[in-house]
Amino acid sequence: MAKLHIETTINGEPAEFLCDPHETLLSALRTGLGLTGTKEGCATGDCGACSILLEGRLVPACLVLAPEAQGRTMTTIEGLSRGDTLHPLQQKFLEHAALQCGICTPGFIVAAKALLDAKPNPTEEEVRYWLAGNLCRCTGYDKIIRAVLDAASEMKGTAA
Amino acid sequence: MDAIRYETPRSVAEAVRLMVADAGARVLAGGTDLLVQFRAGVRQPSAFVDVKRIPELMSITIDDQGLRLGAAAPAAVISEHAELRRLWPGLAESVRLIGSTQIQGRGSVGGNLCNGSPAADTTCALIVNRAQCVIAGPNGERTVPVDAFCVAPGRTVLQHGELLVAVRLPRPAARTGDAYLRLIPRTEMDIAVAGAGVSVTLDAAGVCTAARVAIGAVAPTALRVPDAEQALVGSPLDEASLRDAAEAAGAAARPIDDKRGTAAYRRTVAGVLTRRAAALAAQRARQGNDRG
Amino acid sequence: MTATREFKFVGTRPIRHDGVDKVTGRASYGADVTWPGTLHGFVLRSPHAHARIVSIDTRAAEATPGVHAVITARDLPETTARIAIGESAIDLRDIADNVMARTKVLYHGHAVAAVAATTLDIARRAAETIAVVYEVLEPVMSVDRAIAADAPILHPAMRTTGAPAADAAGATNVASRIELKRGDVDAGFAAADLVVEREFRTPMVHQGYIEPHACIARCGEDGRASVWCTTQGPFFVRDASAAIAGLDPAHVKVIPSEIGGGFGGKIVVYLEPLALALSRKAQRPVKMVMGRDEVFRATGPTSGSKVRVKLGARRDGTLVAASASLWYEAGAYSGSPAGAGAMCALAAYKIPNFFIEAHDVVVNKPKVAAYRAPGSPIAAFAVESVVDEIARELRIDPIELRLRNANAEGDRAPYGPKYGPIGLTQVLDAARNHPHWRAPLGANQGRGMAVGFWFNAGMNSSATVTLNGDGSAAVVTGNPDIGGTRAAQAIMVAEELGIPVERVRPSVGDTDGSGYTDVTGGSRVCYATGMAVIRAAEDAREQLKARAATIWNVSREAVEWHDGRAVPPEGTEKAKPMTVAELAAEMTHTGGPIVGRASLYAPMAGPAFGAHICDLEVDPETGRSQVVRYTVVQDVGRAVHPSYVEGQMQGGAAQGIGWALNEAYVYSADGVMENAGFLDYRMPVASDLPMIETVIVEVANPLHPYGVRGVGEVPIVPPLAAVANAMRDATGIRFTELPLSPPRVLEAIEAATTVAVQA
Repeated sequence: MAKLHIETTINGEPAEFLCDPHETLLSALRTGLGLTGTKEGCATGDCGACSILLEGRLVPACLVLAPEAQGRTMTTIEGLSRGDTLHPLQQKFLEHAALQCGICTPGFIVAAKALLDAKPNPTEEEVRYWLAGNLCRCTGYDKIIRAVLDAASEMKGTAA
Repeated sequence: MDAIRYETPRSVAEAVRLMVADAGARVLAGGTDLLVQFRAGVRQPSAFVDVKRIPELMSITIDDQGLRLGAAAPAAVISEHAELRRLWPGLAESVRLIGSTQIQGRGSVGGNLCNGSPAADTTCALIVNRAQCVIAGPNGERTVPVDAFCVAPGRTVLQHGELLVAVRLPRPAARTGDAYLRLIPRTEMDIAVAGAGVSVTLDAAGVCTAARVAIGAVAPTALRVPDAEQALVGSPLDEASLRDAAEAAGAAARPIDDKRGTAAYRRTVAGVLTRRAAALAAQRARQGNDRG
Repeated sequence: MTATREFKFVGTRPIRHDGVDKVTGRASYGADVTWPGTLHGFVLRSPHAHARIVSIDTRAAEATPGVHAVITARDLPETTARIAIGESAIDLRDIADNVMARTKVLYHGHAVAAVAATTLDIARRAAETIAVVYEVLEPVMSVDRAIAADAPILHPAMRTTGAPAADAAGATNVASRIELKRGDVDAGFAAADLVVEREFRTPMVHQGYIEPHACIARCGEDGRASVWCTTQGPFFVRDASAAIAGLDPAHVKVIPSEIGGGFGGKIVVYLEPLALALSRKAQRPVKMVMGRDEVFRATGPTSGSKVRVKLGARRDGTLVAASASLWYEAGAYSGSPAGAGAMCALAAYKIPNFFIEAHDVVVNKPKVAAYRAPGSPIAAFAVESVVDEIARELRIDPIELRLRNANAEGDRAPYGPKYGPIGLTQVLDAARNHPHWRAPLGANQGRGMAVGFWFNAGMNSSATVTLNGDGSAAVVTGNPDIGGTRAAQAIMVAEELGIPVERVRPSVGDTDGSGYTDVTGGSRVCYATGMAVIRAAEDAREQLKARAATIWNVSREAVEWHDGRAVPPEGTEKAKPMTVAELAAEMTHTGGPIVGRASLYAPMAGPAFGAHICDLEVDPETGRSQVVRYTVVQDVGRAVHPSYVEGQMQGGAAQGIGWALNEAYVYSADGVMENAGFLDYRMPVASDLPMIETVIVEVANPLHPYGVRGVGEVPIVPPLAAVANAMRDATGIRFTELPLSPPRVLEAIEAATTVAVQA
């Protein structure tokens, strides 16, 4: 039952870990690497709490095998702020009170970042459909959507 | 406990060798079905054969012959392909419906087909676009029409040692339009309760010269509905012919009651969706003169 | 008092203090922590919905390499302990049996054994070797089945408590029955011009918190234990887990993690006693995390129900009589919120004659737990639907009809006491005046409205406010923060001390470090714990004034306090006003540290009403519907932090919408839940909902220094009827069964069309 040794790049830095061949990337992040910002809500790809960017693409880490990370790059919630400067999405979530219990928040922020990378000027409908894979049970989504739209405006340099 | 292996073949030949050597090995593309089943204890592979490092399974090419879609290309990549979207809007639509944005980052058309769910969103769109499945195995390559690929829920024609490497679609003729619609209770995230795909080709006068209709989630596999096709061919795709096609689709459905919907409901909705998909396909056929 | 006070910080929207940790992923939730030497625990669960346990053989599991402990109910003491929770004492026997089955399994997923091993894989495989012999019994899966004459009996010793029906005798599945009555209901109906009676059914639904239950427990050889867990009530976890695992609660410390949603479902214990028992046996920490399917199958959803309501009205819309018969599923053990439902059902209306009976019925489903205003949404669905029918029949505007019957201050609530100042009329007026009520509707769209009520709890709370040498302050309570209450507490301390909100550090303490506090729930934290916080801050302020008196050599009574400063009496020599920071800097020389404290039992008196307006678009060919506009109006007393008040209103509404449209436990014939995952248990996603507009009404609650009423629970009460009433408006069909799934809606539309064609 030998573990695999995986070398990868996380949040811009080289990282390595040991994992079982059938272990998920979510598990490797949370245990092997101590990156607990990415959460497990369902383990079936239905809640979005485990959202990460793998090679720049939004994926559910619970449905990626840990060894798939070999030689690849990924971004987790821990990689979004720079030093003590929050990413505009993080700042807007705070300003708009777009979180209550906060468990879904890392997944939403990573997913929203992927949206704004692909579509810097989304409509409300586009934001809602892009984020349909992220479940929130506390907010009813209203303030989350407002925070994302506001962040989009700010990142484009337009007044909100 | 026997350890489960993780393999990363770099070529189709290597993948075939792995599959031949181990009857319990399973192909891993996006993992959005397989890993869920693995976690639930429904499937216990002896090895995950990750095919995503094989270029032929990930590439998307369009030429004079048509589309060659790598079986493991993620849905998100397919949706971003502008030329594919232009030529096969219904197929692109169906691909975009495979789950959330996160699932789209992983799930593939090949995986969708090989999982063999009667409710798979891409199957109907592939059927109406005359898709062919390209299968590699120990005896070389073979091709199977997509409507013959799934034989029962969860079962395909793949034999021991074989894997699906690509799906091929011929270039659509001029004045062809396709559409795929499905019914889910929410706006996203649900498995289709019923689905319908339609492709129609018109002549210069706007009369339908060819049609293909397929319904999904209302039978053990996706079903072509020849009666619905006949109702459309030779007609100007007016309200009457669309209604006839819808009725034929409802009659052809063989749905079950389950936690997602009743049989009666599915039968009715299969008809409604067929009518709406046909109308949308017709509209696209009339508008699109940059096709073919 | 509260009406005239000018607030500096109350009503503002500062960034919450725990916010940065949450948006960066640094915040630690239940499953985010591992202690040295941690083992992983796995629960073996019953494959049957109803069965006797004949034998359990764990020897193979115990012998598996990597397994450090295996437990069954034999490892837990039989308990008849009762512990206090709020105003009642609860019998722990049912909770203990629910945590691990002793002689019978009463639902599919009921825990029967648990294993701790070095990896979760090993624990799971070892659990599969545990041989359990069951004698399978017929499961009871509905109220109707449970009360049938030939129904299998879940608890042979159960007899109906409270006010059993006249013909109740012998073994039963009806755990209790209560009655509420007033006046002469038969005479009332006889005098009515219009009587409408309907029967309603709602399915079992789950709170749906995104974070599964998780804990890690460590029990030493000396019986001293620590538990880290996600919970709404660390003190309850301490007391209940200790009793169930056979430990002394004085030696158990519970540290609450950040909590990823609760809504009432994390007030109970499931894993913690097992983790403690495993840890005691293994002498190592044991971590246990539920999978999502376990959360659905084996925690505490809320009741499915059958409710019959009959209302009588005069032609002018005055309600003259009401009767209701409530049947709520308790799940495997008694304890549904049927009583609360009965008390809330008519809370909005002045009805002189009523008779309500409520039944708590056991069935082979998981034991229900609280879910946001427990009992009230179900009752409101029924009553508000019938009120809507009456309004239609009498051709009176639905809001107008409610205004004509609305309770106000001085009226007697159906559950006994007289209402103090309440905001129902104001809420209805605000709804009627809102542009949503008059906006034009599109094709296939319908509009519905409904009101809702919740008592809002008081109960025990403690708080401490500590001054730091630099004039900042720390406030500690024992209430996990599920909605932003730490931000509200910081605002309160800032308000009382006159220091900026950013200079207040709010935190949630563990059970060793904070005074006893009842659970986070009942919408009570901002109100009751907030009251304790305010009093603790006042206590600190008094101490600061005393220090100023010492410095100025004047009497304490002569010192005043204005705008964050102690002010000396006129003419005092060498004395000028001093800020909190200046006084705090002198703490050591003037008497030592300053810690303000308060403990209280707050009266349960913050009742509140809400009114919702819902626009629904229905596809008549498929029965599929979508909410296209939604407005929430609610009396919150005083909005301390308006953004989080709005968040509660929107979140509760979204849960209610999901309950109305798509959520339901689907069971097979043999009692197995078929949709125990987020794919087929359909909660609203972002694209299902529009922006949810909120209107905050403030009718001050005189029992609170700022006028605060509980806000978190009321918003889940109106949506079930608001959506159903909108569906009635859109389709012409009255739906009395939830959820309003497309197949159900289409079937009814087709039936109605057939009738219309035949007519």
